[in-house]
Amino acid sequence: MSSSTDWPLWEVFVRSRRGLSHTHAGSLHAPDAEMALRNARDLYTRRSEGVSLWVVPSSQITASSPDEKDTFFEPAGDKPYRHPTFYAIPDGVKHL
Amino acid sequence: MTAALALGDDALVLSHRLGEWAGHAPVLEEEVALANIALDLLGQARILLSLAGDEDELAYLREERAFRNVQLVEQPNGDFAHTIARQLYFSVHQHGLYEQLAAGNGEFAGLAAKAVKEVAYHRDHAEQWTLRLGDGTAESHARMQHGVDALWRYTGELFQPVEGVDVDWQALHSRWLDSLTTVLERATLTVPTGPQTGAWTAGAGRQGIHTEPFGRMVAEMQHLHRSHPGASW
Repeated sequence: MSSSTDWPLWEVFVRSRRGLSHTHAGSLHAPDAEMALRNARDLYTRRSEGVSLWVVPSSQITASSPDEKDTFFEPAGDKPYRHPTFYAIPDGVKHL
Repeated sequence: MTAALALGDDALVLSHRLGEWAGHAPVLEEEVALANIALDLLGQARILLSLAGDEDELAYLREERAFRNVQLVEQPNGDFAHTIARQLYFSVHQHGLYEQLAAGNGEFAGLAAKAVKEVAYHRDHAEQWTLRLGDGTAESHARMQHGVDALWRYTGELFQPVEGVDVDWQALHSRWLDSLTTVLERATLTVPTGPQTGAWTAGAGRQGIHTEPFGRMVAEMQHLHRSHPGASW
């Protein structure tokens, strides 16, 4: 179990069924994109969790920094009028 | 009966060999991949052996000589390239065989139609690794070539007709050789040229004659059931 560190890390996104978005499921090591896709199939969809997979090199993801948490996210905290809580949701809509 | 045993034992024995990688595979991701393939094969074995009798009795209480699997699948794992060579030879064969069975209307058509999708993935897994190991480093190339060469003499038995399996064995063999040649050449490997059987291996596994490592494997596979008959959890 030593050589896995030689392989790049990939982030795995799974779409559980048609109509939903791909959701981050986890990460894995693989030598290239094709093998990453196959490893993702074996690791994250073996219990029928998905109908579609994306793999993305972890190095290609730009993440927000914890230091920026206050400026990034806090201003939204006291603006309840941005939530769609004042609308009646039709019965048939399940994923809003 | 003969046919279900032959196909069922192929799946059971290869499943057990692949299971031996658990805890030993070179990387965690590959360990899960091999275990998934092993479990697919175990599922196939259960259906096939149930057609031939009681699955547990057949798997755990038969003597070595009563197994009807080809000698290829009982060969020890060796290094990772050796296992991939065994997977390549067997899964390309099994894919062709199950495609033909699924297209027919014999006893195995239903199970083959379901299993052929699993086997197509096993084949893809073996081919992907063959390409990467063969066309990888000098070390991986040498190991892959060694695996391909060492197991070649066990491949002839794959195409010896099994009573009750209604397929075109010659077509199966020629398509297998075409597929193999394409993959090995793309992987910059040499297709072995030696005979696909030694005189002493001809038809041997299907008649209950197995290679030396098989006895140890059967002992390990059966010892729990034989020590605690009927145990369950």
